[in-house]
Amino acid sequence: MAKSLLIISRQAPWSGPCAREALDVALAGGAFDLPLGMLFLDDGVFQLAAAQQPDALQQKNLAANLQALPMFGVEELFACAHSLARRGLADEALNLPVQVLDDAALKALIARFDQVVTL
Amino acid sequence: MKFAIAVFSPAHAPSSRRALRFAEAVLASGHDIARLFFYQDGVHSASANIVAPQDELDVAAQWRTFITEHSLDAVVCIAAALRRGVLDDTEANRYQRPAVNLPAPWELSGLGQLHEAAQLADRLVCFGGD
Repeated sequence: MAKSLLIISRQAPWSGPCAREALDVALAGGAFDLPLGMLFLDDGVFQLAAAQQPDALQQKNLAANLQALPMFGVEELFACAHSLARRGLADEALNLPVQVLDDAALKALIARFDQVVTL
Repeated sequence: MKFAIAVFSPAHAPSSRRALRFAEAVLASGHDIARLFFYQDGVHSASANIVAPQDELDVAAQWRTFITEHSLDAVVCIAAALRRGVLDDTEANRYQRPAVNLPAPWELSGLGQLHEAAQLADRLVCFGGD
């Protein structure tokens, strides 16, 4: 049976290529039908903020690419409740159907996956 | 035990040196390395154009020697490398760039190689992730 991989994305969408490169790891794995999960942690939760304006930064829209995750079979999507709250996003609508997890649930999540990569 | 090792930091970062020391320890302990995969700024750890000051550790050169001596499978992510100007002969020609800084033993390939390595290995160990 294929090993499961949790990708933890910790960088804001417009702070460099990191967030996009974390997404690329997920999409590449999805293309191979691997059992994957993706967790948005720390500044990574900014990727989930609705109504971003990447045009103003002459950037491509990462949020549009994130929408491809379920289409690539990556349906286990999570966000850290604490990270969302600290950044004022706890009560905001998010642009992906993520499960919001408290610290205890995060610990269990990371333990559940065979392998973890943090980007 | 079989290890897949992923490096996300450039040669001047402590985590690239730690990854190299870890990889050396893996082999010294009788374990195997399924693949080394260089991604994000880790592609700079593969650059042949790094010139370390004479009295400083040249981690990029040590990676090159280590990989060659042990005939290891060392893959540099092509998308991450192109974005950061780390090019082999084929890509430098394709995009008409003046310099090549990725000779053998490194190989440019896609992210599928990271996933394949993770599947082949008992452990995936990452260095320098944000």
